[in-house]
Amino acid sequence: MQTADLELVKLTKRYGDTLAVDAIDRRIPGGTYVCLLGPSGCGKSSTLRMIAGHEFASDGAILLDNRDVTHLAPAKRGTAMMFQNYALFPHLSVVDNVAFSLKMKGVAAPERRKQAAEMLELVDMTAFLDRMPEQLSGGQQQRVALARALITRPQVLLLDEPLSALDPFLRIRMRAELRRLQRELGITFLHVTHGQDEALALADEIIVMNAAKIEQAGPPRDVFNTPRTAFVARFIGGHNVITLPDGPISLRSDALRLTAPGSARLSGKVTGVEFQGMHVAVSALMPGDMEITALVPEAAFFSAPKAPGEAIGLDWADSDAHRLEA
Amino acid sequence: MTASSTTPPKPRRAPGLSRHLLGWLLASPLAVVLAAFLVVPIATIAVVSFWGATEFSIYPAFQFDNYEFLFSSPVTYTVFFNTFKYAAITWICTLLIGFTVAYFLAFHIRNQNLQIGLFLLCTIPFWTSNIIRMISWIPFLGRNGIGNTALIQMGLIDQPLEWLLYSDFAVILAFVHLYTLFMVVPIFNTMMRIDPSLLEAARDNGASGWQTLWNVIIPLCKPGIMIGTIFVVTLVMGDFITVRFMSGSQSANVGRLISNDIALLQYPSAAATAVVLLCTVLLMIAVMLRFVDIRKEL
Repeated sequence: MQTADLELVKLTKRYGDTLAVDAIDRRIPGGTYVCLLGPSGCGKSSTLRMIAGHEFASDGAILLDNRDVTHLAPAKRGTAMMFQNYALFPHLSVVDNVAFSLKMKGVAAPERRKQAAEMLELVDMTAFLDRMPEQLSGGQQQRVALARALITRPQVLLLDEPLSALDPFLRIRMRAELRRLQRELGITFLHVTHGQDEALALADEIIVMNAAKIEQAGPPRDVFNTPRTAFVARFIGGHNVITLPDGPISLRSDALRLTAPGSARLSGKVTGVEFQGMHVAVSALMPGDMEITALVPEAAFFSAPKAPGEAIGLDWADSDAHRLEA
Repeated sequence: MTASSTTPPKPRRAPGLSRHLLGWLLASPLAVVLAAFLVVPIATIAVVSFWGATEFSIYPAFQFDNYEFLFSSPVTYTVFFNTFKYAAITWICTLLIGFTVAYFLAFHIRNQNLQIGLFLLCTIPFWTSNIIRMISWIPFLGRNGIGNTALIQMGLIDQPLEWLLYSDFAVILAFVHLYTLFMVVPIFNTMMRIDPSLLEAARDNGASGWQTLWNVIIPLCKPGIMIGTIFVVTLVMGDFITVRFMSGSQSANVGRLISNDIALLQYPSAAATAVVLLCTVLLMIAVMLRFVDIRKEL
């Protein structure tokens, strides 16, 4: 399978006076599962839609396989998009939905039905060829939308919050399936999401966006363990941002130890205790209204339980503290 | 409240009334109105259509003379053919114009206020009556009217066009003018419900503008087109005044046949024609509804 690099060069999107995407640069090697992660309004969807060709780039360029596709029609770019609400044609059956792009190309009916059926087999929907979209569950609709996007043989598949409409159980199943498909097909998946767990679970590379800019990009483990800024540390979850005299640091919640007050680097009052199964989440209020959460192994916590209102100390190993850019 | 909070709330029900009876009672006002103003008049027409008539009187009877005369007269067939012709041509024109206007409003106007404004603009002709809108064509279309004068002055024609007024052209022009909005409104309504991401999806799948129109928009607009069609067809089939005015009494449709009979006090004959027209229109609508499911739109 061929792999094509996707490159964004000073890509910019302006809506009137507001800057939605501010000159972002990134080169994504072919065959990568990329998650564009960020809060709503950070410009991740605009970026995706510009790559798809459904939004004009105000400035900059999009290169796919070293070919400038910035001003090409969506279907001429080698990209395919899977829409957030799946956007299945309600008047067409499953197989006709998948065969739509072939019909547009003028492929004869028996041939396009055959190809669509093959594609539906890939997403395990063979039993539903002649159903109408309204007769399918959310997960099934998503598989059909996937098949419809993949039948165009894209080099990059663009997924706009593909899992957000599913219930939590199905979401976890579908994300495993997306990952499997991406590995089998060997093409780049560019997946927009605001869920950090989804991004960590799926991605080869995470691009965290905030306020129209790329805040940090890299492999999920790097982004998680060494967040560059306080924003990334907070957004990626599981971190406490602590302002020390010589600058802010991030500390993973599970790197904090509960100690007696006074002997530790920080001391404060417990504000909440939450049993989470393997861990107990202890939240505490530190001087300066700093809210800190520590994840303590369940057994360790119950050997010396704390109740809300109790004074505690919090300590950590120096090697666990990660310095943030101010 | 604290004491009874554990017992399940009892369904509220009027004492002594079963749900069944309550339903009938709720439906009865509308049923009475419909019975009084729809069912009874139509039943009366159906009954009278079997009555007998002489030049100066009508008498109750149960005979098929009116229908026999109607179906044996070649005039009936000519007039019905004419009515279908008007309906068909008007339908095609209103559909083309109505769809285009609705498409422009729904997909090309991005600003919602402008959209509503332009839509209301379409309804301005309805501020005045049908008759006045019809009559106002006469000075435009007449032999020495604005239309002919303008064409002559532009040097396009030497002689005034005779067919502009008092012709089938004038009749259909008036119909299209009167009824296009009935096509615009339901089609606009269905178009506004089309998810814009469907159009993007079509583009993403390589559909050109025309392919999107033909493969996505038109199929999804079918219910609206069908509702508009029902409006236009029933209005044109039942019309008599437009045909009389705009054709200068030179053409006839079924409506005029009925109105002439009434003018001559031939009520049984008029009633029989009305029953046949009603059945024809109902049959047409029944056939249309078999092709498109409009329930989603209601």
